[in-house]
Amino acid sequence: MSNSNFTRRGLIKTGAVAGAAGLSLPTYLRADGHSGFTNAPTGDTVTLGFNVPQSGPYADEGADELRAYELAVEHLNGGGDGGLMNTFSSKALQGNGILGKKVEYVTGDTQTKSDAARASARSMIEKDGAIMITGGSSSGVAVAVQALCQEAGVIFMAGLTHSNDTTGKDKKANGFRHFFNSYMSGAALAPILASNYGKDRKAYHLTADYNWGYTTEEAVRTSTEAMGWETVAAVKTPLTQTDFSSYIAPVLQSGADVLVLNHYGGNMVNSLTNAVQFGLRDKQVNGKNFEIVVPLYSRLMAKGAGANVKGIFGSTNWHWSLQDDGSKAFVKSFGTKYGFPPSQAAHTCYVQALLYADAVERAGSFNPCAVGEALKDFEFDGMGNGPTLYRGEDHQCFKDVLVVKGKENPTSEFDLLEIVEITPVSQVTYDAGIFGGELGVCNPGA
Amino acid sequence: MDAIILQILNGLDKGSAYALIALGLTLIFGTLGVVNFAHGALFMIGAFCAVTLSRLLSLSHEVAVEGEVDFLGNPMMKDVPYIYDIFGEATGAAIIDWSVPLSILFAIPVMVAIGFIMERGLIQHFYKRPHADQILVTFGLAIVLQEIIKYFYGANPIPTPAPAAFTGSFDFGAVLGFDPNTIIYPYWRLVYFAFAAIIIGAVFAFLQFTTFGMVVRAGMADRETVGLLGINIDKRFTIMFGIAAAVAGLAGVMYTPINSPNYHMGMDFLVLSFVVVVVGGMGSLPGAVLAGFLLGVLESFASMGAVLEVLPGINQIIIYLVAIVILLTRPRGLMGRKGVMEE
Repeated sequence: MSNSNFTRRGLIKTGAVAGAAGLSLPTYLRADGHSGFTNAPTGDTVTLGFNVPQSGPYADEGADELRAYELAVEHLNGGGDGGLMNTFSSKALQGNGILGKKVEYVTGDTQTKSDAARASARSMIEKDGAIMITGGSSSGVAVAVQALCQEAGVIFMAGLTHSNDTTGKDKKANGFRHFFNSYMSGAALAPILASNYGKDRKAYHLTADYNWGYTTEEAVRTSTEAMGWETVAAVKTPLTQTDFSSYIAPVLQSGADVLVLNHYGGNMVNSLTNAVQFGLRDKQVNGKNFEIVVPLYSRLMAKGAGANVKGIFGSTNWHWSLQDDGSKAFVKSFGTKYGFPPSQAAHTCYVQALLYADAVERAGSFNPCAVGEALKDFEFDGMGNGPTLYRGEDHQCFKDVLVVKGKENPTSEFDLLEIVEITPVSQVTYDAGIFGGELGVCNPGA
Repeated sequence: MDAIILQILNGLDKGSAYALIALGLTLIFGTLGVVNFAHGALFMIGAFCAVTLSRLLSLSHEVAVEGEVDFLGNPMMKDVPYIYDIFGEATGAAIIDWSVPLSILFAIPVMVAIGFIMERGLIQHFYKRPHADQILVTFGLAIVLQEIIKYFYGANPIPTPAPAAFTGSFDFGAVLGFDPNTIIYPYWRLVYFAFAAIIIGAVFAFLQFTTFGMVVRAGMADRETVGLLGINIDKRFTIMFGIAAAVAGLAGVMYTPINSPNYHMGMDFLVLSFVVVVVGGMGSLPGAVLAGFLLGVLESFASMGAVLEVLPGINQIIIYLVAIVILLTRPRGLMGRKGVMEE
């Protein structure tokens, strides 16, 4: 099923609607009359907008995203070793920019705040003429910026966003996500947890009190309960919490023998550190070793938690130790340029930049509706995650999911996680309708 | 009962941090009359003193590991700390392991110097300005300090573990006759509580039993009269600013194993510490300590599952609720002195 209007009939309808709306829309929402869509490139360059957290708690993750985007621009313009363009199954990209136009970029700082992220995206679209916005390290930001891009008539290629809502109830026709989501984490993790810890377990959830936390808790609960686990308690923790001792102390009293930390970033680092300090992992409850699970892992966060991550299961979108040709090519390009391996945030952002450029080349147009059509149901390989589908119904990528574990004997400061299993895509695929929401119609902005 | 004891214990270590920061805030306010919004940043800088010393002790040179390659396929290099070369591997590793307690020695002169520079370089120019100006300038200073730390150390938390001897937790449940594992408490948090008690005791003893402290207390009560007696009270107050900075810094040093330090940690404590100062009574040192522990324990109780079931979200507002109630019933706070912040 397609919701795009990039058909003859659809274009006429979109044109009529956009034409009427153009009377009242602000300048940045209207494209030049001759081009038919927002910020149509007229010279020999095209501008992309990289909206990443350059300040605030995820600034390190944002810095890695920006490195990846700069590398992608270099490769798109024919520089460097070409990176993933060499292994990408689509051969539309030639290293001569996008549709022959040299790629330039502007950056914005999301600050991991929805309002700041919208303001920076708006500025890049309105003042800098960005034709596509990409990046971010938070689902709240992704949902907010995606909605703005929908209104503005530009494509949004999401960065690191894991909430089901981004391509679920808040999905938009102009938005696309390569990163995996909470549902997939739960579906991939549950069988591994059951085989390692048994099916008779009592879980205690600590959940970050915001959108991503809720969807992750729900996904892990549903998946583990289907395996036979019981959820004894689920407690929401404030996003601003730094000391989790008062939340962790009652865990053993509850009779739980597993603690699931639906936390990310600084929350994850602190709650995991506190849990280990309280000696939970040294305890025996219900005749079993007490265990901790972190559904979404990030290498940068694992670094913050230090030795506390050892032996703890979680999931991740990609890891630099993968040995497929795409991953090796990306690690080589990134590592040679920057001196250390890329994070999963860097990987998904780099891939999104290339996927957008490739879609433009295949569509033969920068028109966001044409690009969206090219991305929909696009199947590709060679980008580090195996065969991947950009599902047309919700603009979510479907690919294998990595279940990882904190490495017991790391050999370097980057060697923190080991891949336990690559869960096949068939096990994490779901019906597009289960999370509700409507894509709506593609908005070219003209 | 065991849940209550557990939350009291939890509240004590959180209260320790509040009390130490609020103690420094009150010292500065009581002596210099300055509302110092950069005090949380001093706590954060103290924590980064521990990070810095840990990194200095871990300064390394690379040695190739035979037969292994890195992520790019180049020969694997292993970092060997210089301290291993100097003291041998076992002693060197033990020194690095104890870097947090050792950081106390490193942090004291650093924090006193920073406090002195802050006071002489910036804050002294705002003594006679309204409190609103003081708040703005010290808040700005706090942001500058945390951005400097972020520039050099990054935005992510940096793990700074306690010595291996203090990992794990003490089973109070088994000792007190409850079921094992019902009241467990990390050793390092007990150390932190004891450390806070010692520092608080030392500050009070210093003020109570030394001539210097007596003059400072006299100056806090009546600055003009002490000045008329020919005593350079300003110089003593500057020294007190340095001592307050050192107290905040030491609180930060010892806090690093509890939560991995990041550049924002000072702000996380700052607002709550001000509430503690106000609840305790502006300018009252015992009030700051009492309110610190009281609010720490109350905050822990409010986070209990049973409490949250009845009053969802109470954990986020309990401190402010208590502050409102106390200020309505005792406008000067628990132990506030008449005339302070009332003119």
